[in-house]
Amino acid sequence: MPITKHSRLVASTIAVVLGATSLVACGSSDDDKSASSSGPATLTFWTWAPGMDKVVDLWNKGPGKQQQITVEVKKQASGDSLITKILTAHKAKKAPDLVQAEYQALPTLVSNDALADIATESKDAKSKFAEGVWQQTTLGTDAVYAIPQDIGPMMFYYRADLFKKYGLAVPTTWEQFAETARALKKKAPDKALTTFSANDSGLFAGLAQQAGAKWWTSSGDKWKVGIDDAATRKVADFWGGLVKEGAIDNQPMYQPAWNKALNTGKEIAWVSAVWAPGTLTTAAPQTKGKWAMAPLPQWSAGENVTGSWGGSSTAVTTDSPHKAAAAKFAAWLNTDPQAVAALAKESGIYPASTSAQTSDAFAQPPAFFSNQSDFYTKASEIAKTTAPSAWGPNVNVAYTSFNDAFGAAAKNKSDFGAALKTMQDATVADLKKQGFGVAQ
Amino acid sequence: MSSLAVRKAAPAAGTTPGTAQGPPQGSRIALVPTLTLLLGALYCLLPVAWVAIAATKSGRELFSTFTFLPGTGFTQNIRDLAAYREGIYWKWMGNSALYAGLGALLSTGVSAISGYALAVYRFRGRETIFSILMAGVLMPPVILAIPQYLLLAKADLTDSYASVLLPLVLSPYGVYLARIYAAAAVPGDVVEAGRMDGAGEWRIFTRVALPMMVPGLVTVFLFQFVAVWNNFLLPYIMLSDDEKFPITLGLYTLLEQGSNTPALYTLVITGALLAIVPLIALFLVIQRFWSLDLLSGAVKS
Repeated sequence: MPITKHSRLVASTIAVVLGATSLVACGSSDDDKSASSSGPATLTFWTWAPGMDKVVDLWNKGPGKQQQITVEVKKQASGDSLITKILTAHKAKKAPDLVQAEYQALPTLVSNDALADIATESKDAKSKFAEGVWQQTTLGTDAVYAIPQDIGPMMFYYRADLFKKYGLAVPTTWEQFAETARALKKKAPDKALTTFSANDSGLFAGLAQQAGAKWWTSSGDKWKVGIDDAATRKVADFWGGLVKEGAIDNQPMYQPAWNKALNTGKEIAWVSAVWAPGTLTTAAPQTKGKWAMAPLPQWSAGENVTGSWGGSSTAVTTDSPHKAAAAKFAAWLNTDPQAVAALAKESGIYPASTSAQTSDAFAQPPAFFSNQSDFYTKASEIAKTTAPSAWGPNVNVAYTSFNDAFGAAAKNKSDFGAALKTMQDATVADLKKQGFGVAQ
Repeated sequence: MSSLAVRKAAPAAGTTPGTAQGPPQGSRIALVPTLTLLLGALYCLLPVAWVAIAATKSGRELFSTFTFLPGTGFTQNIRDLAAYREGIYWKWMGNSALYAGLGALLSTGVSAISGYALAVYRFRGRETIFSILMAGVLMPPVILAIPQYLLLAKADLTDSYASVLLPLVLSPYGVYLARIYAAAAVPGDVVEAGRMDGAGEWRIFTRVALPMMVPGLVTVFLFQFVAVWNNFLLPYIMLSDDEKFPITLGLYTLLEQGSNTPALYTLVITGALLAIVPLIALFLVIQRFWSLDLLSGAVKS
């Protein structure tokens, strides 16, 4: 699951400890490592994608064998704690050659000088990805810090059977979404359209992204934090209003109670991303074949934008003695048709590469959505409409603050605007504490 | 300490010392403490019961049936766990046993020697060393994990079995316990007598003192074993190869599979249940010997 208590605990523990040791360990660094060398190379790859070892086997037996580049997979647990682990290893100059990293983690890694610029090696790869996706790996510079692997365009999932039963239409705007929620409450007071959950910040970030928010922007050497901007405030007020009037539920996702609500049809819709079928398979096994997917409701009719929730990339570290070889592998893994097809099959990812999204691997809908035969055709169309995202070097702090402030606000049905202000202030304060310049 | 005598006289009888003697008027007053203890026991045992029952549920039943209603998927869960990535779970179990077993054994050995030396020999700086050790006892090991990582990285030892074992060898708490125990259980006269008879210091330690210290060392061993078995942060930082992961880390990777893959809850729950079995077995085997002799050791001097 995206960000859970475990990973937060681990991450914060390590962060505290790292902070303490940086006092001890400062001042000793010799950056000069032998420059990239050609010839036989063995690369280590930290990744959490299940089945990645099988995909890498294809490389080791095929192109890798010809070029004498062997890749070893070391499976890791995903989440914020992995970023801290990479940074710890980087401190000792022992980071692996390749790492899997979520898009929102890239600025953190780059600002710690952990990721290598692979712009020259990845020239050919650029054309394989949508503009908005590629832009996340460049951070708005001329450098390229990673190759996109998978993406999570957001969509609206609903119980087709129950929508029919209660005579509800699929909302195309957020206005209609609110009306639908109220209409359902009137017809079946014990049910709710969906819930506002504050335990996964990725969801809220994606919704804000759809509304046009830019949480982090940099100008010169200063960061500007726009968490409390007009677009995000619109999103926060919208959901806060629905929670307050009781039109939707306020219980967190991924909890047994939430699973049960989905499984028994107490909640009949979910704003989620392309990977939702997998989650629903385990959370609500009894509702197989009863769901349908539609584009996310829009802020104004006729618009066509979505946000993204999740997704990750493959990056090369500055500690790697074989940067060119590593970049070659990263490009192969995420653009080669055979590799991406294997990734889809073994790891269950939704590829970032646009041609892969319509390949044979995605000809059939996911088993849980066997009733919606055009699931992946629709998905690839939605993916094209993903709004650009803007991540900064302390996303983890903003996310933690979101979990705390919005968690309390959702539970008490209090003002979401105040929670947003808390989140903005915490993020700015942390940036300053870390020594970044902050523009007001 | 008469209760101890009763227990020693009839260890197998299973009588509870508290009720066997003493005035009976306490039984009514004991209601509140008993209730408190019962609550405490519930608090400790409920989560265990939850894990045990949840492990019997299949993925379908896990979140949909009543929490304390046993499910039907226990054997299937174990089969799935054993089949997950060609049985890597057993490998993690073996790694945990190695880290905990060998680590606890090594650290018990070091604790025994140092504790004995601190208790028996008088030398300059002894109290200083002991004070530093005491400070070490108060220091949470979590704080040390990253400095230890940076140190071992300098020696090129990270991501190896040694990287997890080495930092465990010196356990301040173990040395502290061993010293206290040696001071109480090994009389100075006995050591003197050994010297009179012409035995070397090493011989006195291994042949005379060590057998006397065994009960205390069992305590040290058990404490260390449990601490290492449950350790998370140190191996998390040190290891990158999941073939070397202990069970705590392995189960964590099953939980955190990335946003597009749901967590393998049934496997994690079943894995967690199986992971406490060796600990329970270890305690059942050593427990009687352990608690009894810790008491008798404390009484002797």
